[in-house]
Amino acid sequence: MVNQGQSSIFSRLAVYGALSLAALYFLTPLFVMLLTSLKTLEDIRSGSLVSWPEEITFEAWQMAWTSACIGVDCGGLKGYFWNSISMVVPAVVISTMIGAINGYVLTQWRFRGSDVFFALLLIGCFIPFQVVLLPMARTLGFLGLAGSIPGLILVHTVYGLAFTTLFFRNFYIAVPDELVKAARIDGAGFFTIFWRILLPISGPIIVVSVIWQFTQIWNDFLFGVVYSAGDKQPITVALNNLVNTSTGIKRYNVDMAAAIIAALPTLFVYFVAGKYFVRGLTAGSVKG
Amino acid sequence: MSTQKSQRQWGDYLQAALPKIVVAPTFITTLIFIYGFILWNAWLSFTKSRLLPKYDWAGLIQYERLFANERWWVAAQNLLIFGSLFIGICLLIGILLAILLDQRIRAEGALRTIYLYPMALSFIVTGTAWKWILNPGLGLERLMHEWGFEQFTFNWLVDSEMAIYTVVIAGVWQSSGFVMALFLAGLRGIDDSIIKAAQVDGAGLPRIYRSIIIPSLRPVFFSAIIILSHIAIKSFDLVMALTGGGPGYATDLPATFMYSFAFTRGQLGMGAASAMMMLGAVAAIVVPYLYSELRSTRRG
Repeated sequence: MVNQGQSSIFSRLAVYGALSLAALYFLTPLFVMLLTSLKTLEDIRSGSLVSWPEEITFEAWQMAWTSACIGVDCGGLKGYFWNSISMVVPAVVISTMIGAINGYVLTQWRFRGSDVFFALLLIGCFIPFQVVLLPMARTLGFLGLAGSIPGLILVHTVYGLAFTTLFFRNFYIAVPDELVKAARIDGAGFFTIFWRILLPISGPIIVVSVIWQFTQIWNDFLFGVVYSAGDKQPITVALNNLVNTSTGIKRYNVDMAAAIIAALPTLFVYFVAGKYFVRGLTAGSVKG
Repeated sequence: MSTQKSQRQWGDYLQAALPKIVVAPTFITTLIFIYGFILWNAWLSFTKSRLLPKYDWAGLIQYERLFANERWWVAAQNLLIFGSLFIGICLLIGILLAILLDQRIRAEGALRTIYLYPMALSFIVTGTAWKWILNPGLGLERLMHEWGFEQFTFNWLVDSEMAIYTVVIAGVWQSSGFVMALFLAGLRGIDDSIIKAAQVDGAGLPRIYRSIIIPSLRPVFFSAIIILSHIAIKSFDLVMALTGGGPGYATDLPATFMYSFAFTRGQLGMGAASAMMMLGAVAAIVVPYLYSELRSTRRG
């Protein structure tokens, strides 16, 4: 008995030890980034990755935000941060709204061919976007949207629809048919049913969809680097330009501060609403 | 009287058509922006387009050029190395963490949050962070020297033979928490009574995991591998931020190859051809998966 108790305490310790080690592994890069962003350049050169700053300074943060050089423009990330916001907000709102109504039709108003439509859309979740990059570039040029934020909004909305529709379709499919049938018999129309019955219960899935789209679009680099130019670039592209500029001295502290700034919005969303984030991840990947 | 009646008919007709009208914009956009564009891209890949698109049929010339291009084969080989290591290690870490977390752990919620947060980051941020950590002069190498390992060298980032493995390191860091979440959800779905019965029969915990639990997680393995290989094939931002495809083109992946030929080197046709190859690779993995998913949806 005693022996067994001891071995179980030992194995508990081993389990907790392994889990803590894993936590350390995941946290260290963030910690190193933060530490580096608070050091001076001399401090970085004389210290090591995990050495404590000689003096804590926010100079690098200030510089990353207002005066770091990105290409030829030395105005920091500030402008690009706002570019990302003005791209993300409309794209998230529009794609979520359209996704909601699509999901509603695909579950409550199925018609001949609606399954085929859904399958066609679902495949759109999986295509590698490289295959649409060139035609889209021509199309944006044709529409006069090349290199602009409205162009990026269009791209992100179009290629987000598959996911938002999937979210709402999988959520609404659990709504009992009787509810909608009864409303129809009472003479409620298409939009009335949507507004009065479906939308009021959609809170959780709206959160999932908004968080998913927000994270995807904020973190996107491919569309950003291909379809934007100059001072209209989203923050991920600006960050990459900042870090990979080969001219001048390498300011690792500014790089790290910039990286954290670019990561803050999605990290914030994750820590506030992690539960919904995980739901989006699994619903987006495994059939809900 | 008759106008009223026809108006009502029109109203009914409209009501009936409303669902279709509502999804029509999405339907049309999907047809154009996904399927139309794929065809358009396919067409481009059969032309001699360079800096500007041309639409005269030129047969398989771009594919021939692609297959004769050494850089493409480096990219393809890198995808194989990166993909298999990325998937393998992510699965290993993910399963291990899921099993450990499933042992009635006190701080499970907090630990799960920590394991999964990299998934909320952009690959550009991840790449930037690891580029600094793996910095040959000031990064890990310096740290190990300070800790007394004077001989320690770590210059994979600038070593064209080893650089692709740094992409694996950063990729695994970002995605293994996600695999953990998938498997944890799978573990929670297993019926406890089977495990209890096995315990009563005297099976030890490792044995139970090996012969009961892990085999029953087969669908989770299936989804995880599909998703991870999908991430691997599309990998672009991580390489761009971490190595920029370098040294030289040692860490090129098909996605970075496509970008550089289509958008910076003025080789539209070849870029389009390489994109078609990527589509083919994804289709080979995803089509069987989607087929089985859709079939089970219809049954369900």
